[in-house]
Amino acid sequence: MRWTLWIPLGLFVFFLGVAGYQLTQPKDDQIPSAMVEKALPEFELPAAVETMPGASRANFIGGKPKLLNIWASWCLPCIAEAKQLEVLEGQGVEIIGVAIRDKPEDVANFLERYGNPYTRIGKDDISSLMLEIGASGVPETYVIDAEGVIRYQHIGDIRLEHIPLLLEELKKAET
Amino acid sequence: MRALSIALLAAVLAPLAMLGVPLTAQDSLPPAPYAYTQLEDPALEAQAVELMATLRCLTCQSQNIHDSDAPMAGDMRHQVRSRLAAGEEPEAIRQWLIVRYGDYVSYQPEVSSTTWPLFLVPAIIFGFGLLLLFRRLGRKRSDGEGTDRAPTSEESA
Repeated sequence: MRWTLWIPLGLFVFFLGVAGYQLTQPKDDQIPSAMVEKALPEFELPAAVETMPGASRANFIGGKPKLLNIWASWCLPCIAEAKQLEVLEGQGVEIIGVAIRDKPEDVANFLERYGNPYTRIGKDDISSLMLEIGASGVPETYVIDAEGVIRYQHIGDIRLEHIPLLLEELKKAET
Repeated sequence: MRALSIALLAAVLAPLAMLGVPLTAQDSLPPAPYAYTQLEDPALEAQAVELMATLRCLTCQSQNIHDSDAPMAGDMRHQVRSRLAAGEEPEAIRQWLIVRYGDYVSYQPEVSSTTWPLFLVPAIIFGFGLLLLFRRLGRKRSDGEGTDRAPTSEESA
């Protein structure tokens, strides 16, 4: 029997193995933004609540690197994240929020219940900023340096263990 | 049987719940103007549909934005339609999204540094198959030339 006859069977078993291995791997749902290391696109959003100013690209220029937090009052992980944002604010980090598809009264309600770490909150009713910066869900948090360049993307809610990471990225963005 | 299917459903949903995916979270705002409204110009709308069918919904990753009812897919349709109405080319809109999300957002296959084997390997396999076929057929013909007999049952089959 010619040994070459075993090649197709070998290939088949190899593909079976690859498929089997991939099935046991956890599903990766995260879509990294291709905008990291690029300039934050121009945007200007009206205020999401009456008591606070809206947000635009100009707000990120100058001073220290800031966080851009994309969230929504209807998003459950955003509630879990609120405490960590307060900690970051306590460390002197300026956080500019953008509320996605949200109503002013819901935003106000959320801030009252879960705290308000933001200096400004923009209102994005058609996810336009999300699409501009390559975000695929809420919450997402971006480190923006003083020149308006996106330096780092955090996908999903910020947990306790992510705080040192973000502080480090903010420090890196100073240079 | 019923208990089994419920157990199965729970087994499928439990990992989702652990990932913290907000399955039920929905906003209460009305959809974007062009999310469910067609463009008035039928030619432009046809272009929009063709493009939307090849763009991936980012929150429901196995669907295109034309099929999906996710709010974000609606917002993406709004972008596509309003940009087409403003005179942008469909391929420019696709590129606008690829710049932001990478190739992942487009269902239209493109040859790139990571995808070229997908195009090359089938061509090689096809070529190999042709080669094999010609060698087999060629051998059979030269076998037949030497003998002046009526076709055997094997050859006529």
